[in-house]
Amino acid sequence: MAKLRIGFFVTCLVDLMRPRIGFAALKLLETAGCEVIVPETQTCCGQPAWNSGDVPGAVALAKKTIAEFEGFDYVVAPSGSCAEHIRIEYPRLFAAEPDWRDRATALAGRTHELTDFLVTVLKVDSVPGDYQGTVTYHDSCSGLRGLGIKQQPRVLLAKLKGLSLKEMDGCEECCGFGGTFSIKFGEVSAAIAGRKCDNVLASGAQAVVGGDLGCLLNIEGKLRRMGDENTKVLHVAEVLAGGA
Amino acid sequence: MEIKSMRFKANASGALVNTVLQGNLKTSKGKFVTRRAETIKELDDFEGTRDAATAIRNRVIDNLDLWLERFEQKALDTGAQVLWARDGAEVCRLVTEIALQHGVTKVAKSKSMLSEEAGLNQALEAAGIQPVETDLGEYILQIDNNEPPSHIIAPAVHKSLDQVADLFHKVHGTPRKTEIPALTREAREVLRSHFLSADMGLSGGNFLIAETGSVALVTNEGNGRMVTTLPKVHVVITGIEKVIPTLEDLSTLMRLLPRSATGQPISNYVSVLTGVKKPAEHDGPEHLYFILVDNGRADAVGSDFHAMLRCIRCGACMNHCPVYQTIGGHAYGWVYPGPMGSILTPLYAGLEKSIDLPHAATLCNQCGVVCPVKIPLPDLLRKLREKQTERGLRPLTERIGLRLWAWAALRPKIYALGAGFGARYLKWLAGGTDRIRLLPAAPEWTLGRDFPAPQGKTFRELYAARQKPAKETT
Repeated sequence: MAKLRIGFFVTCLVDLMRPRIGFAALKLLETAGCEVIVPETQTCCGQPAWNSGDVPGAVALAKKTIAEFEGFDYVVAPSGSCAEHIRIEYPRLFAAEPDWRDRATALAGRTHELTDFLVTVLKVDSVPGDYQGTVTYHDSCSGLRGLGIKQQPRVLLAKLKGLSLKEMDGCEECCGFGGTFSIKFGEVSAAIAGRKCDNVLASGAQAVVGGDLGCLLNIEGKLRRMGDENTKVLHVAEVLAGGA
Repeated sequence: MEIKSMRFKANASGALVNTVLQGNLKTSKGKFVTRRAETIKELDDFEGTRDAATAIRNRVIDNLDLWLERFEQKALDTGAQVLWARDGAEVCRLVTEIALQHGVTKVAKSKSMLSEEAGLNQALEAAGIQPVETDLGEYILQIDNNEPPSHIIAPAVHKSLDQVADLFHKVHGTPRKTEIPALTREAREVLRSHFLSADMGLSGGNFLIAETGSVALVTNEGNGRMVTTLPKVHVVITGIEKVIPTLEDLSTLMRLLPRSATGQPISNYVSVLTGVKKPAEHDGPEHLYFILVDNGRADAVGSDFHAMLRCIRCGACMNHCPVYQTIGGHAYGWVYPGPMGSILTPLYAGLEKSIDLPHAATLCNQCGVVCPVKIPLPDLLRKLREKQTERGLRPLTERIGLRLWAWAALRPKIYALGAGFGARYLKWLAGGTDRIRLLPAAPEWTLGRDFPAPQGKTFRELYAARQKPAKETT
């Protein structure tokens, strides 16, 4: 069978802050037998524009992303938030442009968050990582409530023999990031993150793992400000790919 | 009610350092969220019931004028009078006129959020009529210098037991009590004389039932029964969107309302009140007035915010909102807090008077998944953000920033340059550590937390470097 051609959507935050998450995702997809292509001209899916009320900006960026990614068998992003924007919101952006709506809908159906793709499309048996230790998992809002991503990362983490998952209270509650919310209402955002971090610490896990870098930056920043220097904050791709 | 939503941010900052409030929010969050989760499990088909409730509400709001006329006709048939108020000022005028007409000097009120919208208590006082709040929470607030409610179901939820104990001691002049039953008994004793001496009872209405011309009241304290049956005049004030077609529909909605609101399978009292006292009957009001209020609702019909009219005021959206859970209800600055308030306040009190509210949400959609009538609250918040952008209501710096960012994101080379610079700049700010303590470009972030340091080069740079040798060999 021919290799699946995957268009890898890096996401703005992984590009800017944590390239190693992108490389971990590439490793996972390539190990699973995919041909992974990273379109050079990709930038942002447009979600910040959409959530800020800038519809023309969101539409322009969606068109750009659709044109760049519609030639692949699948599009995969290491983020529930960006994947949700493409899967759920893109078709809704083009209510008045039927041609674009069709293209958006076609792309939406082939776009997946990383763990969802590995579990529901590729149905991988194993992952290359070798993580040793206890982790707790933070369910990000868009992935969880937008795309139904709950078991997928847990199924994959369970394949790591040395890893044990200790669920925290309120793992499905928002961490307070919320994109631009985190810089418009910084104090409130950080206070919400404080509740999340209390739950992370109470779980006793050595690391908190999640699928969205925005949440992870928020949680890591709050843990450190609270004086916790020990709890690692990791993207699920880093844990699954090994070397985290 | 005076709108203070423009002070949202300052209000929120104050709320964060109010230790009593923070303690009370923590306790109430546990109760509301846990109890709801327990009681919805009792339903065989919660999702199916939500769908049914959504359909009932849609059926009404899609033909609201028709259902209002049906309700009006039935209510008139039962001997009630039906009056219409365009806004809060008209509500105040109508209630005052009714009171004066019947020689009323004291009004006993059960909880009505619409009377808060209208600022009715102040209007009555100005006309020399004494309003007495008889819902325990509302009573506590009224005797504490007319403090506004902070929650639609539990108006005094921001107050601690100690605060209430101090308040009763001071206002009632009684020995200070610290047990809840003793405080409740004290309130009951004070309120009983008001029930007996009030000439008019005033209530809200959870639902208006078109097929019978009735009002349904969902309460826990029994004060609603007193207010609506003892005085000779009963005035019901509700929003025009509260109509439902049938009693059968009421039973469907009642499977969801108490469960979503307080996590009760059923509230202590559910009253369905129909018409005036008939000659052979012993209790009930001699005069019954319905004041059906628009105050911005008619404008929402058929608009982008039509779905918001489905709201049955359970408060689940705020109880589950991470922002409400963190700052409480007063910060929102008007009658309705939480996600519902961040939509209703701009719609009913003015988008330009509540600039922050549509943005005061992480769009986590916890509200959307608990809403018993499936209102897509995050979508509506986003829509309000669109309206703000269209009307140029956002701060100039934000508009320019967004515009610049979108401009660059459409130009990959410029975007790559910007990202490369950003990654290096942030790394430099971290000064060799793994974190940034003060982020000049976004100082709000680092008010309460650090900003983790980036790796220093972008993924696209590192990926291009990795691909280069491979390209050269082929």
